[in-house]
Amino acid sequence: MDDFYRDFILDHYRNPRNFGHLTEPDAVAEDRNPLCGDEMRVELEVDEAGKVSDIRFSGKGCAISQASASMLIESAKGKSLESILALNEESVLENVGIDISPTRMKCAMLGLGVLKSAALAGIAKASPE
Amino acid sequence: MSGTASAVVDGERNVRADFPILGARTSRGKPLIYLDSAATSQKPLVVIDALDRYYREYNANIHRGVYEIAARATDAFEEARAKVARFLNAGEAAELIWTRNATEAINLVAWSWGGANLHPGDVILVSELEHHSNLVPWQLLAERTGAELRFIPVDDLGELQLDRLDTLLERCKIVAVAHVSNTLGTILPVAEIVARAHAVGAIVLIDGAQAAPHLPVDVRALDADFYVLSAHKMLGPTGIGVLYGKRALLEAMPPFLAGGDMIRSVSYERSSFNELPWKFEAGTSNIADAIAFGSAIDYLAAYGMEHLRTHERTLLAYAFERLAALEKRGLTIYGPHDPDRSSGVISMNFADIHAHDLASILDTEGICIRAGHHCTMPLMGRLDLAATARASFYLYNDRSDVDALVAGLEKAAAIFRLS
Repeated sequence: MDDFYRDFILDHYRNPRNFGHLTEPDAVAEDRNPLCGDEMRVELEVDEAGKVSDIRFSGKGCAISQASASMLIESAKGKSLESILALNEESVLENVGIDISPTRMKCAMLGLGVLKSAALAGIAKASPE
Repeated sequence: MSGTASAVVDGERNVRADFPILGARTSRGKPLIYLDSAATSQKPLVVIDALDRYYREYNANIHRGVYEIAARATDAFEEARAKVARFLNAGEAAELIWTRNATEAINLVAWSWGGANLHPGDVILVSELEHHSNLVPWQLLAERTGAELRFIPVDDLGELQLDRLDTLLERCKIVAVAHVSNTLGTILPVAEIVARAHAVGAIVLIDGAQAAPHLPVDVRALDADFYVLSAHKMLGPTGIGVLYGKRALLEAMPPFLAGGDMIRSVSYERSSFNELPWKFEAGTSNIADAIAFGSAIDYLAAYGMEHLRTHERTLLAYAFERLAALEKRGLTIYGPHDPDRSSGVISMNFADIHAHDLASILDTEGICIRAGHHCTMPLMGRLDLAATARASFYLYNDRSDVDALVAGLEKAAAIFRLS
């Protein structure tokens, strides 16, 4: 696990990319991990083609949850909402590129869950019943 | 037990040898450094053996069989109750009710006593630093009865503020308060709270889950109306706990759970209930764990609770002294930094390292600590904290564990490039 805390992870933890809020987000989702108190919010701006044109995340948590989210959110920009829904745990781990112990997997996946919820909200908004 | 007594009093090395798990190594080959006894304590061999012996030699149901091993099981079960009664200096063993844990004991009082005695407008008083187990049952009781839930405030060091206590006690029927904070280690002034509550006719439940393992407890000297504890935090097995209650209160309370063993006679229409303590022990009890808890009590009594308190105070003083060197690098310790006012727990954060990252890094060194809100989410909000890293100590910890903790924190500082 000590292998996890490489320089680029600490950099994403201390300087998270796309951290903050959008003025007029098209879709928003948030969640928290009740066991550790980590919180995360994702805001999306979606263009006419259904792709993520801008994105922000905010919240607080450990280096694993914050760095994993920062890297995942960065990679989501320009993706279609459908392709975001297809992301899974392996996509996150590939993105991070470092082993994560089973006890910390929930931390690493917090951003994934919130991002997918935001994508779902975006799809629902684009195609109202 | 005399052999055990002399072995443990002789020195710390012998104490550690009594706990098989402390000789274990982690998958990385590190010796296990166990600093999470506030979550659950490790078990000495005498407790493990007591469980094993019951199942191998005299496993039988209690209070009914006429054959030899059933009588032996009944005797051992009731003897364990008597040991707990002596340990807490209760007036009689019948005032000790077996429960699953402290949480169930609190729920028993909230349902049985609370249901029979609380009415709209009555007040339930708890403190701001309670574990969820001594908060949520009272929230639900307040909802069921229309009673009002009030809070004794804490200051930033986690000390209870008693200056407004008399106002808070107006219309109060019951006070429920921890003896020791599981998050901060603060020893709370329960004797003063009991005296002031009794002065206005309120009764007091003391949550001793974090105190009974570490401090000499005398329920009659405290004049506690109810006192609860969990065996697994004090060398005993999981799944067994105790409710102490004054006889007059327990006798007036309606049953909690209903079934076998708690009845005197049953017809199709109605039942009359057994005498104390069995009135509150429906169904087959957790026989093996109660008996093994008796062995844990023997072990603690032989070690001596005053001796244990001295050992922990010395160890805490050493830990505060060693950790002080890290404070200029950003280590923050919560709660009282005073071994005389705290027990067994050091709660901290280190610069911008999240408590979970700290726990993960310490884990790679074989060091077990707890990270999170410690089941005290309202207190964490009150202190404006998301999480803390908590190291907690017990009779088997010594200076080498503190040294390992400090070395682990220094490693975390290096990994996180703290200056």
